[in-house]
Amino acid sequence: MRGTSWRTAASSVYAILVYGFIFLPVVVLVLFSFQDGRFPIPPFEGFSLRWYEAVLADSRLMEALANSIVVAVGSSLVTVLLGFLSAYGLARFALPAKGVQRALLTAPLTVSYLIIGMGLLITFNFIGFPKSLLAAGIGHVVINLPLCFAIIYSQMGDHQANIEKAARDLGASEWQVITLVTAPMLWPALFAAFFLSMTFSWDEFIISFLLTRFDVTLPVEIWSLLRSGLNPKTNAVGSLVFGISAVLVVVLELVVLRKGRR
Amino acid sequence: MALAARARRFDLGAWGFVAPALLWTAAFFVAPFVVMAVVSLWERIGTDLVASWSFANYLKFFERGHFLEAMLNSLEVTVIVTVTSILLAYPFAWIIAEKVPPRLQRLALVLAILPFWTSYVVRSYSWLLVLANNGIINETLLGIGLIGEPLDLANSRTATVIGFVHFFVMLLTLTIYANLVQLSPNYRKAAADLGAGPLSTFWFVVLPLTLPGIMVGAFLTFVLCIGDYITPQVLGGNNELLMPQVIMLQIGRRADFPTASALAILLMIVVTIAYLGFARWIRLERA
Repeated sequence: MRGTSWRTAASSVYAILVYGFIFLPVVVLVLFSFQDGRFPIPPFEGFSLRWYEAVLADSRLMEALANSIVVAVGSSLVTVLLGFLSAYGLARFALPAKGVQRALLTAPLTVSYLIIGMGLLITFNFIGFPKSLLAAGIGHVVINLPLCFAIIYSQMGDHQANIEKAARDLGASEWQVITLVTAPMLWPALFAAFFLSMTFSWDEFIISFLLTRFDVTLPVEIWSLLRSGLNPKTNAVGSLVFGISAVLVVVLELVVLRKGRR
Repeated sequence: MALAARARRFDLGAWGFVAPALLWTAAFFVAPFVVMAVVSLWERIGTDLVASWSFANYLKFFERGHFLEAMLNSLEVTVIVTVTSILLAYPFAWIIAEKVPPRLQRLALVLAILPFWTSYVVRSYSWLLVLANNGIINETLLGIGLIGEPLDLANSRTATVIGFVHFFVMLLTLTIYANLVQLSPNYRKAAADLGAGPLSTFWFVVLPLTLPGIMVGAFLTFVLCIGDYITPQVLGGNNELLMPQVIMLQIGRRADFPTASALAILLMIVVTIAYLGFARWIRLERA
């Protein structure tokens, strides 16, 4: 018995240490976003919301925030649509060279974002496609498509194929099968894919950095903020971004994953 | 297999479903890669790109010490990060899977990866707040009198590694946990019945069965780590450069796309070699 309790204690200590390591930078970030001084470092000079006010009053940051939301939602809609259609096609039809198609669709997963962004930059340069939010959004679809495809494809099971078959036997058209039967059955997977794609796009830096010029996304704007050195305003933006993401994670957890476990 | 047999016969309309995604990937992933490969054989003269069709850009990599050095730095940092992250994450995932009551496991896991959702750029910056000369760690150590001078933690390889490990511990905890909970307790019971102690059960039964999860996580870590620009740029300072930083320098400061392309392709070759090494564990399976 003594051996067991000793091991439990060691496990607890280890878990606490790792949690501490994981949360240390976040706690410091949030704490010093309330700093009532000019530097986000010790000593803590008192509680103030002035840096949050500064963030909300910063029109460039607010514009970048809006841009980020537009790109994240837009690119994720396209990604989920492409991912869903291709997963449906590959799971339900006899197509030649399926393995090659799957490999092609998931290939971008193994290439770093920097290289994907660079390839697009050079290519767009050649064909005279200007740097823009649209260009960045195209890149975001490229990087998120493998993941969305894989998530949706993995949920295309046999029992659903049978239900689709039944719907077809009852006279549903292909379009009706997809919109009224397949998509509703896959809703947790579709939502998870959309949500993940959105958080990755929302947080993506290097492709947006390379492919935007005048209209930038939030991570790019934060990047330029970093050049002014340690600054509680950066902490405030970071804390806000973290807060929003944490809320989204909780929503995903409560709405999608709980339902998926029925 | 059952499903493949039951899949409907091939008809032309089926292409309509797969075509948009395939075309998108071809146009915005494969084509840019081809363009990059072509440009890597060109040359930048003045502000123009000239089709010189030579391997000069690739030879530069071996001739100029700092390119080769950047690649070696990248490989070293990536291997250190991958190994450290696995060693830290495995026991952590194991504790969540084994010691935490099942009702609380999801909560424990969500907490373990919550900072994953902070902005990536901000996450590196927050480590700067912790590691800087007047940051939390140095101020605390100075305050309790453990050190007399602030430690030079930020702007070093150590800082880069810490920033990376922080990110990948969260990722690996997730992949390893997913593997551990899939493990049927029967295996361990059987091992115990056959007289294996906890240690040999772990070494000969649990570890081999969770190896695929570890390896998939390790590969993800390798790919994401070796190609990342932000963490080394924010935390590493400019004492030693990693490959992504060198590539960005070619693009940003010098607008030298041919050299940047050649370096990017060399980096991709390294990742491909790693992929081949990990390939037996990485499969895309349908449930």
